[in-house]
Amino acid sequence: MASRAVEISPAFGLSLAIAALILGSAAMVAARAESFALAAQDWQALRFTVLQASLSAATSSLLAIPVARALFRRRFPWRGMLIRLLAAPFVLPVVVAVMGLLTVFGRGGPVNGALAWLGLPEVSIFGLHGVVLANVFFNMPLATRMLLHGWQSIPVERFRLAQSLGLPPSAQFRHLEAPMLRAQLPGIFAVILLICLASFAIALMLGGGPKASTLELAIYQSLRFEFDLGRAALLAAVQFALCAAITLAALGLTLPQGFGAGLGRRMAIAAPTGWRRGADGLAIAAAALFLFTPLLAVVSKGLPGLAALPNGLWPAVLRSVLVAVVSALLATSAALILAVGAARGKIRVIELAAMLPLAASSLVLGTGLFLMVRPFVTPETLALPITVLVNATLTLPYLFRLLLPEARQLEADYGRLTASLGLPRRTILRFVTLPRLARPLGYGAGLAAALSMGDLGVIALFAGDGGATLPLFVQHLIGAYRLQQAAAASLILVAISFALFWAFDRLGSHYADA
Amino acid sequence: MLTLERVVLQQDDFRLTADWQVAAGERVALIGPSGAGKSTLLMALAGFLAPAQGHVLWQGRDLAGVSAGDRPLTILFQDQNLFPHLTLAQNLGLGLSPTLRLTPAQGAQIETTLNQVGLKGLAARKPGQLSGGQQGRAALARALLRARPVLLLDEPFAALGPALKAEMLDLLDEVATVTGAAVLMVTHDPSDAKRFAGKTVLVADGVAQAPVVTAELFANPPQALKEYLG
Repeated sequence: MASRAVEISPAFGLSLAIAALILGSAAMVAARAESFALAAQDWQALRFTVLQASLSAATSSLLAIPVARALFRRRFPWRGMLIRLLAAPFVLPVVVAVMGLLTVFGRGGPVNGALAWLGLPEVSIFGLHGVVLANVFFNMPLATRMLLHGWQSIPVERFRLAQSLGLPPSAQFRHLEAPMLRAQLPGIFAVILLICLASFAIALMLGGGPKASTLELAIYQSLRFEFDLGRAALLAAVQFALCAAITLAALGLTLPQGFGAGLGRRMAIAAPTGWRRGADGLAIAAAALFLFTPLLAVVSKGLPGLAALPNGLWPAVLRSVLVAVVSALLATSAALILAVGAARGKIRVIELAAMLPLAASSLVLGTGLFLMVRPFVTPETLALPITVLVNATLTLPYLFRLLLPEARQLEADYGRLTASLGLPRRTILRFVTLPRLARPLGYGAGLAAALSMGDLGVIALFAGDGGATLPLFVQHLIGAYRLQQAAAASLILVAISFALFWAFDRLGSHYADA
Repeated sequence: MLTLERVVLQQDDFRLTADWQVAAGERVALIGPSGAGKSTLLMALAGFLAPAQGHVLWQGRDLAGVSAGDRPLTILFQDQNLFPHLTLAQNLGLGLSPTLRLTPAQGAQIETTLNQVGLKGLAARKPGQLSGGQQGRAALARALLRARPVLLLDEPFAALGPALKAEMLDLLDEVATVTGAAVLMVTHDPSDAKRFAGKTVLVADGVAQAPVVTAELFANPPQALKEYLG
């Protein structure tokens, strides 16, 4: 129908703009790369990137198996709370987690204290194992939620059948659980691999020297300290090619859903007793300890520091909140336009454009934009707008995935009615789309704001003196070993991140009461 | 005059033909086995499905390419006729002004219409706070306000009990009389057709037959109708 072709045009136009931004950045860095011969240290960075990402993805996925299984089949107080908290690391600022890991695993921390007491040598948190540790801290909970979702998708009737036939746990595993794991694990591994390939902030703080540098970190160093634009461009091109290849490879896999993992109240199958009960308890306790000790460490270290906050903190807070709010609004609006457009038509271009940012990374986009704006202005003056743009672009795929099913449902329920009443597009937006999608829009905007608030990526590339956002400010404090002040500033960062998330989410539910 | 001129509807291996007319103000029931294409025919008239061949005309004007909202008709779907998050007044207001910028006169008109359909004092309610019958009344009230010359109904009262449905048909009769609209109503209940519609279209075996006088049709049913009635 003619009117439909007109109606999808904003979504189509936006898809083209996103594709232009991402592919343009990629083309920009590829064109600026002077030669495609990688130097020895570039190979080193590439190898390290792939190594740390593979190790992190494998460790996160494998450790998640016993935890998800235990959470699936055991019932205990605080279980629901624990499952909800597993979603928290996704929006937790990287600097805060690193701060916590440094406190627990660093020199003088409780882990090394225990090792010394046992007469064992001290372990250093810097280098490969530190980077992997931090990546696992972030991604093991994500993998656990995805796997829990997988377990909950096995029909309860099948467990009942297995138990009525008297299958022992090992046979149940072989016939029910193993097929699910085979279907889910490759997708989970790919998602985490993609996230870890773009490790920048973690490598910046925990990587040690040229031997433990990721491509993203190498881009930052060559642009920021060596002013070697050609090398930065080459590394960015390699990074983009790597992520794009993994994204393409992952398109064929069934990608798991993680954010909506329910609490599974209906399940009422008897869980195995005996030693398995103990093992499940151990898995849950170990996971909880691993996740919450670093956070508690930040709190206990940071609270006293709140009395004497460092200079320059509040301007950084202001900049961060500004960036977070603007990029959340931008990302949410873009995701809404794309989701509504994709729900209305059968045009694959929109979906592809919305997922395209997965192949890009903060520093690749940053380098591309740096090269684009440098002939015209000093990049520093555009630090905040570019951070807003990059943050909004990188959160877009998550928001799109969140909104698309809701937009499809809305179209199925009311698409014909709005068409038969001949409502203009603005009326539909104001009286139908916004009120009906208020809840996921609020949740998505909260997610985007928290992610952007905690982001430490492109801002490190562009910020001049006195132009830091709060995460960059904290990173500078950590770099200067002012750990108590860093912990205090981290506390403020976490508080604001979750407050922003809460506020947007509340706003959404407030307008959603139908 | 609503004219279906050698209309052919096609969806995968489904095919339905129709070639007949409905005069202004006429009341026609569409009856036939499920899956025969009664609803599909209404969707085509409402502009949600383009005919593979043939034309739908209103007063001699071809409706091809006219968007659903601009067609001279109002359609009541099986469900989802009201937006659950808008008040009744707003839901009705969309029938008067698609931008919901209502003049005081239009506000008064909505009030009057609500009284007319027996929903006095419920303007500020949301659909979730109403019974099924009241929701049907509200949808009919909006049709009254829109006052388009054709009214299509896709079994909107199928979920109501017999007494309520009879009430709805009486109200529908009123609305059709006031607006002078031609009514095409899909139903699977022969008593609806007998009670409300002067003429009936039998939809079966890939053909929507030309409308015939309802009483005659049921007095002397063709084979397809016999099979449907059982």
